[in-house]
Amino acid sequence: MNFRVRLVFAVLLLMVVGGAASAQDTAPTGRLEIFSWWAGDEGPALEALMNLYSSMYPDVEIVNATVTGGAGVNFRAVLKTRMLGGSPPDSFQVHAGQELTGTWVVANRMEDLTWLYEQEGWFDTFPQGLIDQLTYEGGIYSVPVNIHRAGVLWYIPANLENWGIEVPATLDDFYTTCQTLKEQGVTPLVVAEAWTVIHLWETVALSVLGADGYDAVWTGELAPTSPEMISVWDEFGRVLDCTNISEDAAGLSWQQATDAVVAGTAAFNVMGDWAAGYMSTTLNLVPGEDYGWGEFPGTQGVFTWLSDTFGLPVGAPNRDATIAWLELLGSVEGENAFNPLKGSIPARLDAVEVAADSYNTYLQSAAEDWQSHRLVGSLMHGVVANERFVGDFNQVIDIYVQSRSSAAAASAMEAICFQSGACGT
Amino acid sequence: MRTKRERLTALAMVLPTLILIGIFVYFFIGKAVFFSVSDWGENPQQPALSTTVVRSGVGLKNYENLMTDIIHANFRNSLTNTFFFTVFFVAGCTLLGLFLAILLDQKVVAENFFRTVFLFPMALSFVVTGTIWRWLLQPGGGINQLPTMVGLPPIQFNWVSSQETWLQFQWHDVPMYLTFTGIAVLALLATRSALKHNWRSARFASALAGIILLIFLAGLWNNVWLPLDSPEVEPMIAPKGFNAALLGIIIAAVWQMSGYVMAIFTAGIRGIPEDLREAARVDGCTEVGVYRHIVLPQLNPFIVSAVIVLGHISLKIFDLVFAMSGPDNARTVVPGILVYTRGFRQNAFASASAIAAIMLFLVAVTIVPYLWSQLRNRT
Repeated sequence: MNFRVRLVFAVLLLMVVGGAASAQDTAPTGRLEIFSWWAGDEGPALEALMNLYSSMYPDVEIVNATVTGGAGVNFRAVLKTRMLGGSPPDSFQVHAGQELTGTWVVANRMEDLTWLYEQEGWFDTFPQGLIDQLTYEGGIYSVPVNIHRAGVLWYIPANLENWGIEVPATLDDFYTTCQTLKEQGVTPLVVAEAWTVIHLWETVALSVLGADGYDAVWTGELAPTSPEMISVWDEFGRVLDCTNISEDAAGLSWQQATDAVVAGTAAFNVMGDWAAGYMSTTLNLVPGEDYGWGEFPGTQGVFTWLSDTFGLPVGAPNRDATIAWLELLGSVEGENAFNPLKGSIPARLDAVEVAADSYNTYLQSAAEDWQSHRLVGSLMHGVVANERFVGDFNQVIDIYVQSRSSAAAASAMEAICFQSGACGT
Repeated sequence: MRTKRERLTALAMVLPTLILIGIFVYFFIGKAVFFSVSDWGENPQQPALSTTVVRSGVGLKNYENLMTDIIHANFRNSLTNTFFFTVFFVAGCTLLGLFLAILLDQKVVAENFFRTVFLFPMALSFVVTGTIWRWLLQPGGGINQLPTMVGLPPIQFNWVSSQETWLQFQWHDVPMYLTFTGIAVLALLATRSALKHNWRSARFASALAGIILLIFLAGLWNNVWLPLDSPEVEPMIAPKGFNAALLGIIIAAVWQMSGYVMAIFTAGIRGIPEDLREAARVDGCTEVGVYRHIVLPQLNPFIVSAVIVLGHISLKIFDLVFAMSGPDNARTVVPGILVYTRGFRQNAFASASAIAAIMLFLVAVTIVPYLWSQLRNRT
């Protein structure tokens, strides 16, 4: 073999090796369709993420497909028709927990992402309580981009001072405060349309049962008809007596309920921390001064979370680009690009500290609690029960509101646990 | 006499339409009915959205659940709501439409202008109408603030979120009401036939009415209904009646559709020869009498068409309610909303299909007799 032939061989070999190597490192190309319900106020946060993605992977054309409607009420119907029709988007937004597993994972429509968690070291950067509730039968199927806190008590400090009350620490304190406020013609606690009442129920349940008892309801260790659950309904009834449920509640949006607190016709509102975003951004109030927040009476030290996550559907048209998208979502840069604009906190424990300035007073306090509190999942936002259960639970709440019978509501809840396969059945 | 060739051409012309309608309408209706007797989404062991989902037949179980299960109390609410909505919507539109048509018939100036104004709401979609009226009917705004312009206190009524229920009745009395309505209708038909000396159908109708009455008096009717009896706690957990929250929706719907009814009636009035009215006036008929004895009887077929069109709109109503009071408002829920929430939110496709089938049945009950009599009149 002469030198020339050897050279040709060497060059060929190099090309093959080099080709293989570059095939592995190829940046993703093509279209990446991201399907979410983030438009309007929440749009800029998603766009910030997408811009970051585009700067990292300029060859990918991102398609921002959104279907508006809070908490994805309309989005989910469109997503289901697409999935049933066999044309899944590359990645779609979904609440962590049962809303993902109970609908999509059990139907074998999501890819297991455990390998991605190991590759990116996410098992160490997300809190254990979150990992536990993301895991379904040993697999993890989505990447959380943010954390919202549910069941926060919102109020206007100046108004509380005028009425001569303080933030109640226990339910009994709350009932006393409730009387004081009613005597002054103020609605003690304002609720809005149906889902906000479920949201109030989960908060009251957490207060009565404690975090362990609350978890036990969803694992099936605490039966819906147990005396503890009956007392949840009893207390829920007493809390409802302090609200506007029999007046205009059904016609109000959650923003209008927040407006009532700001206007001083109502004293408190229990809502997720998107209310902080609404008051800071839309109403231009200063967190901690113009408006205040606290933990709902009896839920101190517990953080009710919900999380927007993205997953990898089986048959995603552009799998490589989607994996790059998921890697970005779980990274410190990704979470810090998204969350300050969205008004939520990063799921990662190590993200806020590197960009503390971009988070406002409320978000910093929430991030501290996220590090230190006991974590439980929100019922209304699909963490602890599947979509079938949450939809039917509307009816259970209505049964209670109409009949005010704890026993009737408890047995109705038992029935829907059984029918939907939720609550550990 | 048509030739064979002509018939073949005619068939070839309509065939594409027949095939398309066959697939996209009747095949899918059949498919929905098929799903309604399956357990798709009702069996936790078979995830509804799985590619490998196994659907087993469960007979009429889903229908039975809708009528008896405590969780489906809001389906029974939705039927009651549909009933009251239909009654007030159809009556409201017909009366207002008739009133407007008669006003336009008074040779007013700029008649075309007014006709366009009245007809215009129909050009909007129900979603737009719903959104506008939702704002107008807010508890603290719009309509409720109107009296303050003349120094009166504002109205306190919650137009789409009131929790009041008027005209309450018991769900388990419904079979009795249905029976008596049936007997009354048959008796009416019998009387009408007898007046026309059509003894055969008079005898038939009165015999049918008699049999139903006998069955009912013998207490058998309750046994027929028994398997579909609602839970005993029903009156406590879901009182039935006219929910005051429907008022706002009825107002918006009447606002939108009465112009359309007016247009139908205006066309009908135009078709009445002026000679007839002149003759009546010459005979000493008052202006009111002319409308009472000449115009209204001539308008009969138009009234029937309007009622049929409005009736099937109200049975299928979805978008207006969705826009005005949302999908989760138990006081204003209608079957169309439940199909959507149960199917696409809760993945309970079987019971959603059952509700859809019941809606189809209700619309068919309204429309088929009309189509049938139309066809019979034509031949």
